[in-house]
Amino acid sequence: MRGGGLRAYAIAYLLFLYAPILLLPVFAFNSGTIIAFPLKGFTTEWFAQMWGNATLRRAMLNSLTIAVSSAVFATCLGLFAARASTRFAFPGKGPIMGLIMLPLVLPEIIVSISLLVVLLGIGIPLSVFTVILGHTLICMPYAVAILTTAFSSLDRSLEEAAQDLGETKLSAFRLVILPLVMPGIISAMLMSFTISLDEFIIAFFLAGNEPTLPTYIFSQLRFPKSIPMIMALGTVLVAMSILLLTVAEYFRRRGVARTGQKDSGGFI
Amino acid sequence: MASASGSESAQGLRIVAPPFIYALLMLAVPLLTIVAFSFFKDGYQTIIREFTFENYRAVWADPIFRTLMLRSLLVAGMVTVVTVALAFPVAYFLSFVVRPDHKSLWLFLITIPFWTSYLIRVFLWKVILGHNGVINSGLKSLGLIDQPLTFLLYNTGSIITTLAHAYAPFAILPIYVALEKIDRSLLEAGRDLGESRLMTFWRVTLPLAMPGVLAAVLIVFIPTIGDYVTPTIIGGGKIPMVANLIQAQMLDIDNKPLGSAIAVTAMLIVTVLALVFLFLNRRFLRMR
Amino acid sequence: MTTPMTSYAPARDAEGRPTPIAGRKPMIQCRGVQKYYGDYHALRGIDLTIHEAEFFSLLGPSGCGKTTLLRTIAGFEDISSGVVLIDGKDMAGVPANARPTNMVFQSYAIFPHLTVADNVAFGLRRDPRSRAEKAAAVDEALGMVGLKGYGARAAHALSGGQRQRVALARALILKPKVLLLDEPLSALDRKMREQMQVELIKLQRQVGITFVLVTHDQEEALVMSDRIAVMFEGNIAQLATAEELYTRPASRRVADFIGVMNFMPARILGETATGVTVEAPGFGQVEIPAANVSHADPGDPAPSIGFRPEAVTLLAATAPATDRVTEGIIDEVVYYGDMSYYDVILDSPDTFGGQPHEIRISMRNVFGRELPDLGTRVRVGWSPGSLILFR
Repeated sequence: MRGGGLRAYAIAYLLFLYAPILLLPVFAFNSGTIIAFPLKGFTTEWFAQMWGNATLRRAMLNSLTIAVSSAVFATCLGLFAARASTRFAFPGKGPIMGLIMLPLVLPEIIVSISLLVVLLGIGIPLSVFTVILGHTLICMPYAVAILTTAFSSLDRSLEEAAQDLGETKLSAFRLVILPLVMPGIISAMLMSFTISLDEFIIAFFLAGNEPTLPTYIFSQLRFPKSIPMIMALGTVLVAMSILLLTVAEYFRRRGVARTGQKDSGGFI
Repeated sequence: MASASGSESAQGLRIVAPPFIYALLMLAVPLLTIVAFSFFKDGYQTIIREFTFENYRAVWADPIFRTLMLRSLLVAGMVTVVTVALAFPVAYFLSFVVRPDHKSLWLFLITIPFWTSYLIRVFLWKVILGHNGVINSGLKSLGLIDQPLTFLLYNTGSIITTLAHAYAPFAILPIYVALEKIDRSLLEAGRDLGESRLMTFWRVTLPLAMPGVLAAVLIVFIPTIGDYVTPTIIGGGKIPMVANLIQAQMLDIDNKPLGSAIAVTAMLIVTVLALVFLFLNRRFLRMR
Repeated sequence: MTTPMTSYAPARDAEGRPTPIAGRKPMIQCRGVQKYYGDYHALRGIDLTIHEAEFFSLLGPSGCGKTTLLRTIAGFEDISSGVVLIDGKDMAGVPANARPTNMVFQSYAIFPHLTVADNVAFGLRRDPRSRAEKAAAVDEALGMVGLKGYGARAAHALSGGQRQRVALARALILKPKVLLLDEPLSALDRKMREQMQVELIKLQRQVGITFVLVTHDQEEALVMSDRIAVMFEGNIAQLATAEELYTRPASRRVADFIGVMNFMPARILGETATGVTVEAPGFGQVEIPAANVSHADPGDPAPSIGFRPEAVTLLAATAPATDRVTEGIIDEVVYYGDMSYYDVILDSPDTFGGQPHEIRISMRNVFGRELPDLGTRVRVGWSPGSLILFR
């Protein structure tokens, strides 16, 4: 096996990446009330506690509402942006696409505070809806990035061939382009959903009195008593994230296979 | 007859309009509002729309701002150096050692932790490093220490560890992409022209990978400067950074003009630093 | 029953014999077609007529406007001015999907998410025929391109040559009046390309519709086409049959682009009604027939004579010396198996600057005849009828 030293380093690095996450299930099933070694015994009490918590259920419902809405909106807007940027030349393309992609490099604190100031200024009450506005904004660049990859791997003459064979621009898009970028659309939705579900800062500032999962977790971190339940919640969330990402990866690969390209790998 | 290029640009603009208008309303307008606020006067609980540089004067004269800004820059700089230095060998391994059909699996494994709750990952470092945390309780139960190690948590070191962990995939991916683009025959040419493996790396691979390294540096540095969660949770409120200051001024103290001036100043400093950084490394960006 | 593909063959008379191309009705007419991309003048006034059931090629180097012209015929590009008529109808404002043309794309544009059969049937979506009739049509089209039984295969698993055939079947099943082919053979390897050239000619004769081929490969155009338009910088430099292009190029540039041609500086001595008398190094004084007088390059207007490598021959040592024989020394021999190229440095008088003039001669190889060694003194025979004057 080549690169023995490098391989050992890479595996150690993966362990460093996963170490904190691996602790989650360890303490989620530990019957001790404080998060420390040695472990006490096995319990599912924290999961039961989590299940019976009404605020948590409300937070979960809010988070799912926000994540689904943001994923749909961000992906729809992303479709427009990706289609325009891969297929058309138009004046001001650089600055326009730059503004759409800007949230990728802007600290979320700036995005959320400035949005908060404007929303309060024009008198829109903070709610789940305002969080959706913010999350759509920050998920959009990720959707654009994924969809741009999907669109740009398409041969432009496919669309022309469909028109040449008698389809209009619109039906050519529906019959040829849409099926081919569908895996990208699903990927973008799942990615946006995951980002929104995990996002804390914007939800913290824009949700008003409505809890979301991350803001609820944040509020509970101060109470040592709640920590084991948060560990259980974290375990569930991580498992969900991994599941979603695996599904997203599956669709991405299927898209790659379907268009017969070489797999270059990776999400970003 | 309308020229094709004219109708094409009109069509492009029509299609890009929905996301562009959304970004204008939700991002450009709020950012401009913040910039405008930073030039207004603060009347208690209201804003007096009167042009002034007073906020900026106050920001630059404020020793707290200077301390926190310097700390943010220092922490972000350290995090960047540590993250990129640790990430480079992994990216190199991925690009040059891993078999092509295993690459996407490795990339998948590396990106997964990044997509799992940031808040919980940060908190887990507190669990690991804390007074009664995994390291201390582990060491104690092994009988290696009597008293918990107090230097682990609530300092810049623990903030740097946490952030370096959180931003690891951000550093690996751009470097990996840059390494993947290198034509392998260039490396053979380097060896063929009489250089050792190490010198070929130094004279061929590294310069060609620099665009990826530069991207990694900016991708890690810019968001870590504005990080809010880590100083709050890991620093325990004792080691605030500039994001905490902005939040406090805007909401807790409710001096929006001053808070806006801090935010704008911080953004300007970061932008200038990023541009200077790119300018200093411009020779690496001209290559392709 | 579907109508058999071979039934629409207007290139045959009642007894099934081919009709002369020049007498057929015009299928595509371009009149003063201009195309601008911003400031770039891609087509600078194209006038041409392509006949029914003709195999027509647009030939030229990359950037000459040949693909743009094809795409304006297909309806993918608006024209800035001029008229395009297809089968007598003005195509202004008619979108690609409503034109009686179909295209084989350079990349073939096979839909990767569909099977071979679904690709071929793509254009039949609005066809009122029953599902079974359509399936039979698909089978017939696949059979015509030699892909019988490939219908259920996934499109992305096909080889380059197979994709090409699917693209052909997909276009021909719609029975277009014109088939447009955009560099269809450029992605294939040499052997496959030569095979497909022959198949395409046979297919065109069989279906009897107009084929318009875009290519940068002059050999491909010569082999396949009834007529060829050679294009440079958005203009048609010459529109002629392959033979005419080769033997009577309209300009030095066309001559240079098509095949190999020797050029020698020439001095014009006099002109009569029958021809032009010139002097050229090694050739002495010779009268070029009026029909062989062509245009020099605008960029280099000095007169020159040109001739093809096979228009001159190496003579046996025993051949009698005449005034149509010149001498030289063999500088290089390039062996191709069936034939060889000989580069010969001609003895030339000082009147042309004294520098040696080298020409390329091609000759069939004959078993038992040894190739001459480098440096051998040889005699070269030529005839005035094969010389072309560019001035």
